[in-house]
This record gives sequence, structure tokens and C-alpha cells, in this order.
Amino acid sequence: MSATRNIDKSKMVVVEGSYSVAHSVKVCRPNVISAYPITPQTHIVEDLSQFMADGEIPNCEYINVESEFSAISALVGSSAAGARSYSATTSQGLELMHEVLFNISGMRLPVVMTVANRAVSAPINIWNDQQDSISQRDTGWIQLYAEDTQEAADMTAQAFKIAEDKDVLLPAMVCMDGFILSHVYEPVILLEQDLVDKYLPPFEPDSVLDPKNPKSFGAFADPSTYTEFRFLQQKAMDKALQKIENAANEFNELFGRYYGGLIEEYETKDAEIIIMAMGSIIGTVKDVIDERRSKGEKIGLLKVRSFRPFPKEAIKRVLKDAKMVVVLDKNISIGLNEGALFTETKSCLYNTYIDVPVAGYMIGHGGRDIPVGTIEKIIDEAKVAMEDGIDIESQFTDVREELI
Amino acid sequence: MKIIPGGVCEPGTTRANKTGGWRTFRPIYDYDKCIKCKLCELLCPEPSVLPKDDGFFEFDYDFCKGCGICANECPKQAIEMVLEEK
Repeated sequence: MSATRNIDKSKMVVVEGSYSVAHSVKVCRPNVISAYPITPQTHIVEDLSQFMADGEIPNCEYINVESEFSAISALVGSSAAGARSYSATTSQGLELMHEVLFNISGMRLPVVMTVANRAVSAPINIWNDQQDSISQRDTGWIQLYAEDTQEAADMTAQAFKIAEDKDVLLPAMVCMDGFILSHVYEPVILLEQDLVDKYLPPFEPDSVLDPKNPKSFGAFADPSTYTEFRFLQQKAMDKALQKIENAANEFNELFGRYYGGLIEEYETKDAEIIIMAMGSIIGTVKDVIDERRSKGEKIGLLKVRSFRPFPKEAIKRVLKDAKMVVVLDKNISIGLNEGALFTETKSCLYNTYIDVPVAGYMIGHGGRDIPVGTIEKIIDEAKVAMEDGIDIESQFTDVREELI
Repeated sequence: MKIIPGGVCEPGTTRANKTGGWRTFRPIYDYDKCIKCKLCELLCPEPSVLPKDDGFFEFDYDFCKGCGICANECPKQAIEMVLEEK
């Protein structure tokens, strides 16, 4: 099913991306919000504090904390006590949370957190890439990536639904590109409270912290049982694959908007070259594809919405008939010279009958602009590689040689 | 035993974990010296010092880790720590 947007223009308002996300959090009826401001996430938590001050979020506690470490630690307790818990952060703040991210996923607490993706220091840089959340890949959190502000807003409600599903019970990050989405003003439909109430049932976990019925969470597990806890987390991620699809479909039924579940396919049906990417770069790529398609070039796009769980089967199904795959990554594993989506795409094609060349481009680091011309150049190189084979497997894009 | 996702457990699970196996030195009472002052019972961190009907005490060797606090604090040196041997 392709993306659908049954947009009722009379319902649209022009707001900042951060506001539309904060509004989504509000209508999801959170019980505890705990966050520490950091650019470019700040406007989300500012808007939420304003809602709190105006009494617009009933039965909710906003905890002021002194760091991101405290922000996420507070949510361990609140979520274990049965409160729908939310935070937002980015970059250095997310890296400071690292240790607690494992605790939350290990205790199976369905916290939802927005990550306004930003580059990590040093050198200090407040602009967008996706190194921050990609670096938290193995913490056991679901990671979803939004293309635009409407999707980021809609994905927030979907994230609560997926995370709190009793077959899943895993925390979820909703990743939106910092500034590009968090600070842009666009027409969007703010999520309607009555529809969200139909979409998202109350959070009612089986195990809660309660002094009258004491329990321990994340208790000691020695070598005889630790493996099985990790095994169950992986099983929950496996189940999340279908739940992410379901959450997108049910959202579509109620709200009339659909962006794909695990992935979205754009012009992939007869595509010889397929471009893969995550986040706001998708819009630019779609524009280029529209233009190339009008010239008869068979180019398509595979947008990855869910990076964790990684939708191997869905990706294989789309790529199996392609002649060339190009992966764009706003991150790098330094020492491997590859972006994460590229590495993992290659990995899931190995040991299969699918034999398609895959080339990787690391792009847009530290907020470097990604103009249409850059995507055009990448497609032109892919056309050559499709005929003559790959020259460079993975490379930086638009490196300014004169600075080195 | 089945594990519960998230490592959630009810109180009292340590009862199944017999920590007496950690012990290197075993406390032994000399009831001829004991004056029933109860300091050993009071100070045992486990607690593995259990009162008997006759006012004296006995050790619960399933959970005594052999820390030796009782022997150290006994005002009459009525508790001897003896090396555990197989």
C-alpha cells in the first residue's frame, strides 16, 4: 500500500514541527513528562511545559530535572509505576542517557521519547544528522524515523501504541531531523483528542510498582538466566515488526493518513535503481525521482521508517529485483567507513539468493545541506555502477577537498 | 522456574538462593561460655542466628555467609570461626 494523505485542508494549521509533536504528546494523555532542554529539542519541551502551566494536560506530572541522565532515570520509576511516560532529547543529551536506555528496555518499560536528531560533539555542532540515535542502536529501543512534521506528530501516537502493546513492551524513540523538522513551520493537522482516545487505549501494564503489592524490577540475573532475558527482548522486537504495520494501518483507518509501516515504497515497482534513506531527506529524493521518472528513468525509493526492529524481510522483498541499490546515511561508523543503514542492508542481503550491488553514501553530516544536485549526482553515479560495477563501495558525499 | 520479562519478581525470592555456600569460615557455639546476651542475634546481618527454646541460639547454615561479626562481637568469645573443609 502506498502512502495516503486524506488531508482536510479546513483542519490544517501552520505550526512549528516541535509544536505538532508536543500537541501529539498532549493528546496521548501522558502521566509523567521528564525532560531537560537541549537544542534542537527545546521547543518540544517548552510547548509541553506551557500546556502544563495552562492546565491542558490533566493527571500529569512534569518533572524538572538537572540533566538528561536524571530525565530518563525518573521515567524508569514512573513507567514501572504504571504511568504513561514521555521524554525528548537529542545529541549529547541522548548520549548521556545511554546507560539508562538499557535499563528501560531491559525492564520492558514502554517509555516514548522524541529524538530531534542532531550531530554529536566534538567539534560542537548543533545541526542535523542522525549520529546520535544511530549510536543508541543496540540499547533495545524501537527506533522510528519520520519524513516530515505531520509524520513525526502521527508517529508519536503510533509509538505509544506499539511500545505499550503487551506482546511488545519495549521503549520507542521517534526520530525527527533536528531543525529541518523540529523548527520548520508547515501546515499540519493536529491530532484530534477524540480520535486519539479511540486509537490509543489507556496504559495498563500487568506488573506495576505498588507499595501494597511490592515487586522488584530489573532484578539480579546471574549467568544461568541473563541470556533468556536478552532472548525475550529480541522476541519482543520480532513481534514489534507486525505491530508497527498494524499501528500504521489502524492509524490510517481512523485518521486517513499512512506513511508505510516498517517501510514505504515509492516508485519501486519496476525500478532498476532503488535509493534507501531515513528521515527528512526522503522529500528531496522523492522530488528528484519524480523528475527522473518523467524522463523515463526507472528509479525508486525505499524509505525505512523502522530502523529497530530492522525490517529485513520487507527490505529483501523490495530489493530482490533491483539492479542497483544506493543507501544514504546521515551517520558513520568511523573505522568502518560506512553508515549504519548501508551496513545493515548489505548484511541482510548476504546468505540469500539476492545478488544486487549496494553502494553507500554518507551525507549531510553536521547539518551540511543536501541539495537536489547532490542526489542527482549520486543517481548518475549509480547508473554507471549499474552497468560497470561499483567503483567505490562506500564514501563521503560533498567533501570539501580544499579544507583538508 | 520461569523468568518474567523485565526481571520482575515478588519479594522473598532470595529464600531460594542458599547463600551458605559462599562461606569460608563456619561459626560454632561453645554453649558453656554463652550467657544468652543475644548480641549475636541482634548483629547478624542475614539474619542467620535463630533462637532456641532453651534461650540459647543456633546458626542457620543455609544462609550464614560466615562474615564473623557474631564471633567478633561476642563478649565471652563463645563463638569460634572454623575453616570450612570438604
